Amino acid sequence: MAEEKKINIIEPDENEQEEVLGKAYDTRLMKRLIKYLKPYVKWVVFSVLLTVGVALLSTLRPYLTKIAIDNYIVNKDTVGLRNIILILLATLVFQGLMQYSMTYLTQWIGQKTIFDLRMELFNHIQKLSMSFFDKNPVGRLVTRLTNDIEVLNEMFSSGIVMVFADVFIIAGILFFMFSLSWQLTLISLSVIIPLIYATVIFRRKVRAAFRDVRFYLAKMNAFLQEHISGIMVVKIFVKEKKTVNEFKEINFDHTKANKRSVKYYSVFFPVVELIGAISGALIIWYGGAKALEGVLTIGILVSFIQYSEMFFRPIRDLSEKYNIMQTAMASSERIFRLLDRKPQIVDPENPVKFENCKGVISFKNVSFAYVKKNFVLKDISFNIKQGEKVAFVGATGAGKSSIMNLLCRFYDAQYGEITIDDINIKDISQDDLRKNIGLVVQDIFLFSDSIGNNISLKNNLITESKIKESAEIIGIDKFISKLPLGYRQNVKERGVTLSQGERQLITFARALAYDPKILILDEATSSVDTHSELLIQNAIDKLMEGRTSIIIAHRLSTIQKCDKIIVMHKGEIREMGTHMQLLELGGIYSKLYQLQYKESNA
Amino acid sequence: MYLKRLLPYLKLYRKKLIIGFIVIAFSAVFTNLIPFVLSKAIDEIKNHAEGTSLLNYALLTVGFAAISGVFLYLTRQMIIIASREIENDLRNDFLKHILFQDQQYFHFHSTGDIMALATNDISAVRNFLGPGIMYTAETLINFTIAVSLMISFNFQLAVIAVIPIPFISYLVYRIGKSINYKFEKVQQQFSELTTRAQENLSGVKVVKAYVREQSETESFRKLSVDYMNKNLELAKVQSFSFPMMLLLTGFSAVIVLYFGGNKIINGELTIGELTAFIIYLGLLTWPIISLGWIINLTQRAEASMKRLCEVFDNKPSINDPVKVDTVLAVNNKNITGNIEFSNVNFRYHPNFPYVLKNINFKINAGETIGIIGHTGSGKSTFVNLISRLFDVEEGEILVDGKNIKQYELNKLRLAIAYVPQETFLFSDTIENNIAYAEKSFDKEKVVEAAKISQIYKDVDNFPRRFETILGERGINLSGGQKQRTSIARAILSDPRILILDDAFSAVDTYTEEEILTGLNGVMKGRTTLLISHRISTLKNSNRIIVFKDGSIAEEGTHESLIQKEGIYADIYFKQLLEDELRDLD
Repeated sequence: MAEEKKINIIEPDENEQEEVLGKAYDTRLMKRLIKYLKPYVKWVVFSVLLTVGVALLSTLRPYLTKIAIDNYIVNKDTVGLRNIILILLATLVFQGLMQYSMTYLTQWIGQKTIFDLRMELFNHIQKLSMSFFDKNPVGRLVTRLTNDIEVLNEMFSSGIVMVFADVFIIAGILFFMFSLSWQLTLISLSVIIPLIYATVIFRRKVRAAFRDVRFYLAKMNAFLQEHISGIMVVKIFVKEKKTVNEFKEINFDHTKANKRSVKYYSVFFPVVELIGAISGALIIWYGGAKALEGVLTIGILVSFIQYSEMFFRPIRDLSEKYNIMQTAMASSERIFRLLDRKPQIVDPENPVKFENCKGVISFKNVSFAYVKKNFVLKDISFNIKQGEKVAFVGATGAGKSSIMNLLCRFYDAQYGEITIDDINIKDISQDDLRKNIGLVVQDIFLFSDSIGNNISLKNNLITESKIKESAEIIGIDKFISKLPLGYRQNVKERGVTLSQGERQLITFARALAYDPKILILDEATSSVDTHSELLIQNAIDKLMEGRTSIIIAHRLSTIQKCDKIIVMHKGEIREMGTHMQLLELGGIYSKLYQLQYKESNA
Repeated sequence: MYLKRLLPYLKLYRKKLIIGFIVIAFSAVFTNLIPFVLSKAIDEIKNHAEGTSLLNYALLTVGFAAISGVFLYLTRQMIIIASREIENDLRNDFLKHILFQDQQYFHFHSTGDIMALATNDISAVRNFLGPGIMYTAETLINFTIAVSLMISFNFQLAVIAVIPIPFISYLVYRIGKSINYKFEKVQQQFSELTTRAQENLSGVKVVKAYVREQSETESFRKLSVDYMNKNLELAKVQSFSFPMMLLLTGFSAVIVLYFGGNKIINGELTIGELTAFIIYLGLLTWPIISLGWIINLTQRAEASMKRLCEVFDNKPSINDPVKVDTVLAVNNKNITGNIEFSNVNFRYHPNFPYVLKNINFKINAGETIGIIGHTGSGKSTFVNLISRLFDVEEGEILVDGKNIKQYELNKLRLAIAYVPQETFLFSDTIENNIAYAEKSFDKEKVVEAAKISQIYKDVDNFPRRFETILGERGINLSGGQKQRTSIARAILSDPRILILDDAFSAVDTYTEEEILTGLNGVMKGRTTLLISHRISTLKNSNRIIVFKDGSIAEEGTHESLIQKEGIYADIYFKQLLEDELRDLD
């Protein structure tokens, strides 16, 4: 099994390389992403309306301040002042409420959309064939499901809608400023151009510096990772000091890159303030002169000072959005590429109804390779009658596990035909096929869930009594019942450690609970204590009872109980017969027997 | 307060920090002068002053901003840079402490945990040292100056404007705390989701075999829904923070406008002063907000510092002998290589079962000892004890007749070369990997070691030969090549005792034979310990010991052990059969 898998891992998926950041906007990707907003289109529209409201109210306040000064304070109208103050308070409260609703709503939309996308992706990955999982490490797939989708959350929640918010605020400020005095607007906003210029340069520099920081951080992490996992070598060769000195260099580079980004920040912030001050100075100098001429009022000057301060934030925000969009595009590209993968093994269009499976199996001239031309099964033919028990034996890499993989249709053979009850397994739906097969694989797999759920795999058709009954038959019920939580005991919880044998028995109970017509069992090779050994042998007998059984056998006791032994060697069937017949033959089986099954000497 | 432990570091950079505080004060003075100038300007406009003075005010504003900017620049260059430098020192010290921890420590702390300390926790402390200290100083100074200027304008109005400030700070602190708490919940759920996905995809075969795709989807959906809800919980608080701040700061601005407006009407205040008030409030907003933020930052730094101190305070137990006079005056080159285990029992932890039981064994200098036994029978532990990777509590281990605890640790280890079971090479050039043990090396020695370990031909075929870089950013060697490289590394260190722990498992038998022959020459008169699962590796050893369940079960030469017909003979017989089967077509 393990050996066969190794062959596949050599050929990684060529398309799945992580790439560098590219465009911040890609129409094709964007169109596909927008589709996920469709179910929430009402709320999207509503949140955009809210941003308009927020933009309007927040830009209204300096204008109201202007009115307060010019109309009431200057004219000594205390009642008018009180009224305008109340209006100001009201706009504040409304803006607060709308701002809250808007922020929450965009988060909500983001969460809903990425939830949908995550579920779609999860469903999709589950449908892909085993050959896909051979080529794609689990870690990478998990990254798609988690980190990549998380990046999109940021785009959906703070990206799209917030861009509107920034644009509306800028528009609002411009509207009020222009309506108060277009000359003063042009003059005070003339500093915008240097500001944008400074921001763009700063972003570029800081991004480069951060790229260096990340680079050295990665280097530092790699160094730590390497020397901590290799601590034994470091100690054995007494290289602790050398290691510290090497680390100091990388750490220094990292610090240097960080200092560089500090430099940009220490220049950028004062520059922004200076530009703001210039804008204020321009308002005083030009606006003041106009005020002296009586063209402008004091209130306009005060509100202009406020407006020009307000103007800088959305501009800075917008440049940040660019980064969000850039990473979102890269992530969505990877996600969509995965979504576009088609499973290799598909159900026939009109599957043959498959009921009352008898369990007659036949392989006719089957040849199979995981990787092109590298055949692990060569022209395999055999028949298994209903209820027959067949053992497959052979050295590692002989092709035993591949036979099981083909029978479950985890892979399709390149040549030949596999039938169950004389129906080609490709004509049956995968679900129907697998429902009739109970598979117990060698590398025991338990979910971090309760023992009960590990037996039923959360199938509602398998009742609690059925779970208990299966465990009883397998002989593990007593053990489970003694656990503090019994069948509800989580298998991975601390304090409860299941032995290898017990874990094996749980997977047996699982197979039995599903009561399959065909049993496929890959015996675990690892040695267990004698008590478990006995339990396991009994359990295997119980499991095989009344069903067609195919077993990759490692125990002599199992082999001897089988009706037929098929000896595999280098992808071919070399010998077939009963234990006694094969021993008499004096071929591969008799050698294997001496090697693996003859326990007397050990 | 674990943060107190940072004082020595702060002292080291006190110059930068003191200058930093001084320039913060200057910067604050000039920043706060700008609204003052603006207020005067507006009042002059109100009183219809001359146009020329307006230009003066405008120039003054820009001038003050420029001066303040220079100081602001210096502030960051001093304080933030100092924090980066302290971070650098702290991290170096951290690594130093980690590297000298006992091997035992690494059994109980995962690499990931240690790395989290080196990166996340040190970063948290850095955030406190840099932004934390800088903003605290900035806030205090700005606050003092702005408030005193406001008081100079109008005491009553200043009080009204300042009243909401502590509330805002407190609110920011509470919201920040709640956000942290909810954020942690989100992170937990996220890792649960990740684990679930990981598990499901690892067990995809079982899922498919039992047609459980739907129920798997269902349980993943449940976790996803939980995750979404936890995120929305967080969003509720997070969405609250900005509008809340807006309301409170906006509220004080409006209040000031109201009372200030009335005072203007009564002639107690000028419009310019009111404008200055409003601008001061704007200037104070960020420091007020940052105050709450700093408290959270400090709390997090404190927790991180506590974790770091645990490492700093953890003294390794395997060390040089305590009493100086008992240290053996032995150089590593003078060790001859007699090894003796006397009544050694060993377990990794008092709660764990014994791994080695009652080991008594004597190895003479110059002998080659073969060691065989099942996985977990104690072979590797046996050899690891010699170089004091772990210390024995029961019994003693002697080298050249002296307890190994009496040797200077470095000298003892330098006398031993070890090729571990899991070959470990660094992402460096092949040359540097082979010469790892040497401070300075000549290329000939590297080539020689490479030739003995049979890696020379492979290396010779690489385009950059010995300069080829290994690992992720270089090339990946095959298992056998890795083992041979690490054998070369051991040879070059010129050991008195050479330990090969299953070092030939990925090397073919022919090459293995060649290496062993080469080693015979180099190791003449020195002690070699060979652990292997393969009889072919061991059969020419002077003596072979067989481990079973932590004890030495058999001992003798290849021939005598075969005659004994015990475990060793059984393994031998099986391996012969295996070879036969493999050669079959």
